[in-house]
Amino acid sequence: MAGLRLDRITKRFGAAAPVVDGVSLDVADGEFLAILGPSGCGKTTLLRLIAGFERPGVGSVRLGDRLVADEKTHVPPEDRHVGIVFQSYALWPHMSVGENVGYPLRTRGIKGADYRTQVAAALEAVGLSGVDGRRPASLSGGQRQRVALARCLAMSPDLVLLDEPLANLDVHLKASLLDEFQRFQARTGATMLYITHDQSEAMALADRIAVMAHGRIEQLAPPQTLYRSPATEFVADFIGMGGVVGVDVLDAAGGTATIEIAGYRATVRAVPDQATGPARVCLRPEDLVLATEGLPARCRRARYQGGEWLVELTIDGQDDCELQMLAKPGAVPAPGAAVRLRINDGWVIPAKPG
Amino acid sequence: MSSASLIRRGQSIVAERSLYWGLAALLTLIAILPVGRLLLEGVAPGGVPGLAPFRRVLADPATWVALGHTLDVSLAAMLISGAIGGAMALVVALTDLPAKSMLVFGFIMLLMVPSQITTIAWIELLGPSSALLHLIGLAPAPGSRHPLYSATGITVLLGLEHAPLVFLGLRTALRALPGDLIEAARASGARPPRVVRTVIVPLMGPSLIAGMTLAFVSNIGNFGTPALLGIPARFPMLTTLIYQRLSGFGPRVLSEVAVLSLVLGVIAILGVAFESWLTGRRDVRVDGAAATPVRLSLGAWRWPVILLVWGFLTLTLLVPLSALLVTALVKAYGQPLSLATATLENFRFILFEHPAARRALVNSFGLATAAAMLLCLAAVPVAYFAVWRRRHLMRALVMATELAYALPGVVLAIAAILFFIRPVLGVSLYNTLGIILIAYLARFFTLAERPVAAAFRQLDIRLEEAAQMAGAGFMRRVLTVALPLVAPAAAAGGLLVFLTAFNELTVSALLWSAGHETLGVVVFSLEQGGDNTLAAAIASLTVAATIGLMAIASFLTRNLAHPVLPWQA
Repeated sequence: MAGLRLDRITKRFGAAAPVVDGVSLDVADGEFLAILGPSGCGKTTLLRLIAGFERPGVGSVRLGDRLVADEKTHVPPEDRHVGIVFQSYALWPHMSVGENVGYPLRTRGIKGADYRTQVAAALEAVGLSGVDGRRPASLSGGQRQRVALARCLAMSPDLVLLDEPLANLDVHLKASLLDEFQRFQARTGATMLYITHDQSEAMALADRIAVMAHGRIEQLAPPQTLYRSPATEFVADFIGMGGVVGVDVLDAAGGTATIEIAGYRATVRAVPDQATGPARVCLRPEDLVLATEGLPARCRRARYQGGEWLVELTIDGQDDCELQMLAKPGAVPAPGAAVRLRINDGWVIPAKPG
Repeated sequence: MSSASLIRRGQSIVAERSLYWGLAALLTLIAILPVGRLLLEGVAPGGVPGLAPFRRVLADPATWVALGHTLDVSLAAMLISGAIGGAMALVVALTDLPAKSMLVFGFIMLLMVPSQITTIAWIELLGPSSALLHLIGLAPAPGSRHPLYSATGITVLLGLEHAPLVFLGLRTALRALPGDLIEAARASGARPPRVVRTVIVPLMGPSLIAGMTLAFVSNIGNFGTPALLGIPARFPMLTTLIYQRLSGFGPRVLSEVAVLSLVLGVIAILGVAFESWLTGRRDVRVDGAAATPVRLSLGAWRWPVILLVWGFLTLTLLVPLSALLVTALVKAYGQPLSLATATLENFRFILFEHPAARRALVNSFGLATAAAMLLCLAAVPVAYFAVWRRRHLMRALVMATELAYALPGVVLAIAAILFFIRPVLGVSLYNTLGIILIAYLARFFTLAERPVAAAFRQLDIRLEEAAQMAGAGFMRRVLTVALPLVAPAAAAGGLLVFLTAFNELTVSALLWSAGHETLGVVVFSLEQGGDNTLAAAIASLTVAATIGLMAIASFLTRNLAHPVLPWQA
């Protein structure tokens, strides 16, 4: 078992802007960490750097106390002992399920009874006993991903990389495989790094989530912190619903701040050393309620979500900033209607250092 | 519907039908009737049912000697092609080798430079009068037998010439191989040699064997190399036996050479059938989505591999072609090349004075131009009907033309002679350039059709349906939608036809007549007649033309999303 430490990793292809730009990351031994970001943010390149399929231009990768990559060192993927579960499963079509699962054992020279026991154990662990002899092509998508997981299990890796492993599966299979991943981690205690663009997967699984954009890590925090206290406007937009509006911070101390928008004052959360003056505030749907007195806003449209309505609003004077709130059936304002809002909670996005 | 629009609609249908049936008739005439006539000759020589020629040919020990030589040499050469082409495909498709485009271009030249030219170049390189070997003091003693005039010589040269066939088939398959299958193996702890052994080879095996089978079929049908090396060595193969019989005894042995060419044809068809069966059952169960391309880093092997592949190309392409040029530049054969002996006299002589060479240049240029233009014109609508419209008859005829390409040129030439020796529909083509042109049309149709068909397959048929919805009739749709979209591919195919026809020898060696020589025939007879410097001069010009045309074709298709030319990396 081992943690993972990335130190200021930068990777560029050709002369273009770096795909991964100065990423540092500490993953504790046995932690489940998700890397979340939109497509093109560099998360897959980061995974390939950790696996050893790419070499960093600058920076270093350590697995436990082992240096596996820096400017001079490059331990090839086959010697890193890192398991990968691919989005495409990457099962070898010319081998049976059992041969696929047993491949990492054979590369380490494990044969005979040991080999058979371990293959059977790995398949049993993912609930696929008795399919050893079948070809991967004869299995369903969910079963194939379980085989890929079993193959990973068989190599008992120190670190498991999961590269959007659920992207090709439907919603129900996703749920059952999410359970499978959690069981996998509980059983092996392996450090897991889960790459995804789907925040619900990341939130459901991860101890901490690193949000990536443009090759950088925007914020690394537990899911609740990410949602409640986004470090940047990008994170505020990318995670969850709600919106970001411009405000004036009148007073701030000890983690709360008094803000003013369009003549309306409210108290929200902030960093302890929040300065006064213009700032941006993240307001989640549940932070807002309709009121008789309060912030003047206008309803743009309302969508039924099942149970509740999601109402999209703009604050008077900030027509380009959309906010969302939830409304019970019967209390949904009509599109175009002027409404008043009460702000129960919110988060002042901290100013960027420098 | 107004009467005017009814008339328009009627005209559109008539245009479509006449084009369709016209094309079907053309393909039947060039690709099916002559081969059918050849088959008929096998069971009914001269139109009378009987198996006498069959018995005579099978009882002749010379047949069995030639067949044995053909199979021996072709199988051995196939193994050479497999080793070279397979290794090259692995290196080009899977590694981060630099300057791949140039490497592939050079490697495919082994195939694109015609067989007789390559062979002459090697004869010049390794013979007793080799200027290059004299430079390093390794030339065989004057008067000694040429080392290439042997079964080994034929085998090695055929193996080199057809290695690109293995390369092309395997590279296509390797490109379709999802990279994560390899990455998964490496993450499982397998080192590159083990990855190659346990993942790449099992998945690529069928493609490798398919490519080698194609090389084998090309080996048995090859004429230039066994003719230039085997005839002086008295080492007959089936193609050269047919050629010598026919040129020695003339049309009265037609029935017998027809049987011989049927033997050759049957082996070729078996080979091609095996190849397409293998290609069809190739593992295409690509798992999931997002096939990442494979890039294995060569690491410390980078420079050794670069030296190896470029050294190989230098030795097999650059050095023999230089030997060819050196021979073309000296006044008298066997002279060493120096400032005092260097001359352009040979080039001047063949371009302006040698009557047959001048005629041949005009003939080959005319034949190649006509074949390229006609086939370009026909390939677009044929591929349109076959791919976009999925018309069964057209698809079957396209397959027949594939067969005409797969059949050894000698077989097709004999079929053409049998079919056209008497006037067809009142037109006598025998002993004219016309018979060569028709044989070229049959043989090279598929070269023009394949890139166009590939282009049509990449294009969405909704493009045409949208034009139909907009009210465009058949001709308008073909001219304004289909044609512009596939024009670059058609042009590339046309250039490929031009290139191949301009360099052609096998078919014209049997179909030429006095005054109707091709360049291939003239080079061949000059070399056989001992006019090595003149042969080398024409050959050098041919090589220059080949490189130029390949470059033009690359330029024309540089903007296509998917490469349509074999030498594009």
